Amino acid sequence: MQKPFAITLNPGSSLANHTGSWRTARPVYLDRLPPCNNQCPAGEDIQGWLFHAESGNYEAAWRHLTRDNPFAAIMGRVCYHTCESACNRGKIDEAVGINSVERFLGDEAIKRGWKFAAPEKESGKKVLIVGAGPSGMSAAYHLRKLGHTVTVMDAGPYMGGMMRFGIPKYRLPREVLDAEMQRIADMGVTVRLNSKVDNILEQMKSGSFDAAFLAVGAHIGKRAMIPSGDAAKIVDAISVLRSMEGEDKPMLGRRVVVYGGGNTAIDVARSVKRMGAEPIIVYRRTRDKAPAHDFEIEEALQEGVMVKWLSTIKQAGDHQITIEKMALDDKGFPQPTGEFETLEADSVVLALGQDVDLGLLNGVPGLEVTKDGVVKVGTDLMTGHAGIFAGGDMVPAERNVTVAVGHGKKAARNIDAWLRGETYAPPPKHEVAQFEKLNPWYYADAPKTVRPMLDIIRRQSTFEEVQGGLDESNALFEARRCLSCGNCFECDNCYGVCPDNAVIKLGPGKRFQFNYDYCKGCGMCVAECPCGAIKMEAEEI
Amino acid sequence: MSALQTVKFYQTGTFTVGNRLLAPEERSVQANMQRTNSLNSGHRACQGCGEALGARYAIDAAMNATNRQLIAANATGCLEVFSTPYPETSWQIPWIHSLFGNTAAVATGIAAAIKVKKQKGQGQDVCVVAQGGDGGTTDIGFGCLSGMFERNDDVLYICYDNGGYMNTGVQRSSATPSAARTATTMPLGPEPGNPFGQGKFVPAIAMAHEIPYVATATVADLRDLENKVTKAMSLRGARYIHILVPCPLGWGTASHDTIRMARLAKETGIFPVFEAEHGELKSALAIRRPLPVEEYLRPQKRFAHLFGKNPAVETIARIQAQADKNIRRYGLLSKEAA
Ligand SMILES: Cc1cc2nc3c(=O)[nH]c(=O)nc-3n(C[C@H](O)[C@H](O)[C@H](O)COP(=O)(O)OP(=O)(O)OC[C@H]3O[C@@H](n4cnc5c(N)ncnc54)[C@H](O)[C@@H]3O)c2cc1C
Ligand SMILES: Cc1ncc(C[n+]2csc(CCOP(=O)(O)OP(=O)(O)O)c2C)c(N)n1
Ligand code: SF4
Ligand code: SF4
Ligand code: SF4
Ligand SMILES: [Mg+2]
Repeated sequence: MQKPFAITLNPGSSLANHTGSWRTARPVYLDRLPPCNNQCPAGEDIQGWLFHAESGNYEAAWRHLTRDNPFAAIMGRVCYHTCESACNRGKIDEAVGINSVERFLGDEAIKRGWKFAAPEKESGKKVLIVGAGPSGMSAAYHLRKLGHTVTVMDAGPYMGGMMRFGIPKYRLPREVLDAEMQRIADMGVTVRLNSKVDNILEQMKSGSFDAAFLAVGAHIGKRAMIPSGDAAKIVDAISVLRSMEGEDKPMLGRRVVVYGGGNTAIDVARSVKRMGAEPIIVYRRTRDKAPAHDFEIEEALQEGVMVKWLSTIKQAGDHQITIEKMALDDKGFPQPTGEFETLEADSVVLALGQDVDLGLLNGVPGLEVTKDGVVKVGTDLMTGHAGIFAGGDMVPAERNVTVAVGHGKKAARNIDAWLRGETYAPPPKHEVAQFEKLNPWYYADAPKTVRPMLDIIRRQSTFEEVQGGLDESNALFEARRCLSCGNCFECDNCYGVCPDNAVIKLGPGKRFQFNYDYCKGCGMCVAECPCGAIKMEAEEI
Repeated sequence: MSALQTVKFYQTGTFTVGNRLLAPEERSVQANMQRTNSLNSGHRACQGCGEALGARYAIDAAMNATNRQLIAANATGCLEVFSTPYPETSWQIPWIHSLFGNTAAVATGIAAAIKVKKQKGQGQDVCVVAQGGDGGTTDIGFGCLSGMFERNDDVLYICYDNGGYMNTGVQRSSATPSAARTATTMPLGPEPGNPFGQGKFVPAIAMAHEIPYVATATVADLRDLENKVTKAMSLRGARYIHILVPCPLGWGTASHDTIRMARLAKETGIFPVFEAEHGELKSALAIRRPLPVEEYLRPQKRFAHLFGKNPAVETIARIQAQADKNIRRYGLLSKEAA
């Protein structure tokens, strides 16, 4: 067609005019790593499972969560939830109550009887796990999912490890613990209780295991040299807590002095308080220096536990002890003052930390132990002896349930690769979705939901669970407080705000695509994406 | 908070364009995969053009509300020039280009023709929209507009206010804000930029005509904008909607900041967002996160002369006073304005 002067196009739609050629930078969709996920010691995809919970699809949420951590109900009670300190919502109002939603999902799973499927294919490989604590049972779960034949051996009479013999009932009801442990066994994991392993190499040989994961925890209570008369009753915290589980409750008397400032000291004191005694914690430093979490100290104080800060036990005698006042020096270390005081005490409970019992490792070639008495492992969690892996409290790491569970997962992945003669390569980490990448304007105002607490009278006299859970509507609300950091949650903003209709909506669950024929590269979709799931990249010109 | 944010909590509520947690009927027109895209891709507006965005928002909503029975008359200006350089057009609706100053009158004529045809039993009910820039509306087209109001002609007039004659190179209009630099109000002399005149806020003048419906909106509050257009289309007679559409070129802002600038205009009280029926104020969109006007002025190069080494404290205070007056007059901070 012969066109008039200065006319280049046929009459018709402007679609013939590809404005994409104006662009100097192009928007691209990406998934950034939410800070909560980045922080979680068990490597949970928190944003991912909250996404399902947000639409009320709790089973999908629980299944997504348990891809990484099979113990949602336990986590929702005892995890120290460092994810919440990293949560971006904390910069708007308060962090998302990740832990409360996790508990809700875990409790739903128990209530509705959701199970894990047995693997579709058996690998034919046999793995021995020593220790049915969180680390061992997490490894059992992941190894079983990968098709391996798993046997767990534990010296104790029940599964759970320190979660049963350390953590008191009022924080972790035993029905919850049992349900989540049994669910692993139900996948076809063989669990042999009351079966202590004395020699790991012999055990592996006699059972013809291809690999082993050790997770024996740290159970030997540390002692302190306290000059004491014959009549003084001195016991260690772990045995006190352990005996709480049995029929014969420990005989500690009325005035019980607990020595130490960690979580174990707090748990012992709160437990004996519930048995009618008058516990008093003696700790050599100040409250802010104590290793126990502040919320646990707070809850103990609320329940009437007494504390002598800046004090050491000098001497223990018949129904009384002598303590010495301490003062912090410039470096923050406690120094004796020479000032003494006598306290009434029917017994002294030592809560000074635990050591690892390495008896089963005697004579294992290549195995190395650190000067702190824990087992050295590589980044793959393999010990110095090929085929023997270790994790949880017995290796150098923070000692808590979540770290232990994370080790179980990591070890399982490495063992799986090792059994195939390969090395496990973790997928590359995405860049973290920092708060600065978000556009917080779009989130509705919503304060955090507070979990109910048991009334104080029952907290002082029963072992009923102290902290309550959220109900369905609360949990849904809390899940919806999530900002979905770095991951598209289909808010349609990019699709809406583009002045050039250059965003193609693919439909529910399918996300979006750019139409680079028309995108001029203005960057508005990037600026207005609430969660930081788009970035600009310079165009090669 | 937007009037649509109900007690139930949906994460981003109605702040975002869509929201997978809302029921389909509660979602915006723009979130719909089948939206009209009345102003289609390939138009020649600048990167990040607020007017292109506002026009698609408004006309898609009008198309949706009228079951796609719509005709638009369009004054000369950016919107017309960037969408329809002969022989191509981005419009996917019946659309006619009027002159710069007579689009209200052209729309009135179309409405009259439709009315006559209907009386003769021909044709169906088709709604009429007139649209133009602030220059075409508040200056040269003002006489036609006032006449359309006074006769209560059955037209929705939409003004896309970008604060100047942008199409011809950023000259001042009667909607240009005080102190702003334009090609004709340079930052020179004792009162640099656009002089502080008496102001000419056409939505208030429209209210004085006591027409059935007057509203203001911005491209930062899509749901509010869509609701106002939908409401306007449900009424008959003269209706007026004035939409603030930031212009990256004329304002000297980054192309990705267009929506942010509109949001700041609303949050600082510089641009009051409200609706009125028959001359009476009915509701206002409350300020959600109150901010000083500086936050709005500073990112714009057209106000750059107010900052720098010797900030024009007095001028900024005068602009703040204008915003404060809006806040008082339209109740922008009150809880009821929700
Ligand atoms: C009082 C107390 C309260 C705590 N509270 C919390 C809390 O609130 N949150 C938190 O995250 N962490 C808490 N912890 C820490 C947490 O319990 C541990 O970090 C975690 O249980 C370690 O897991 P694990 O699997 O490594 O070992 P463990 O849980 O200790 O399990 C080891 C298992 O190995 C078995 N075993 C040992 N030796 C052998 C052997 N030779 N043969 C066979 N079996 C063997 C043991 O019987 C035991 O069942 C608490 C600890 C204590 C002591
Ligand atoms: C009678 C007449 N005078 C002048 C012009 C030139 N002209 C075309 S568009 C325009 C400015 C338009 O400004 P505005 O209405 O605010 O629209 P914008 O381009 O800013 O969107 C002018 C002066 C014209 N087309 N007709
Ligand atoms: S807002 Fe959601 S995704 Fe972001 S850090 Fe918090 S829980 Fe994670
Ligand atoms: S808003 Fe549209 S034109 Fe601008 S960068 Fe995004 S896709 Fe491209
Ligand atoms: S703007 Fe919304 S829909 Fe678009 S990528 Fe971001 S979260 Fe997803
Ligand atoms: Mg203009």
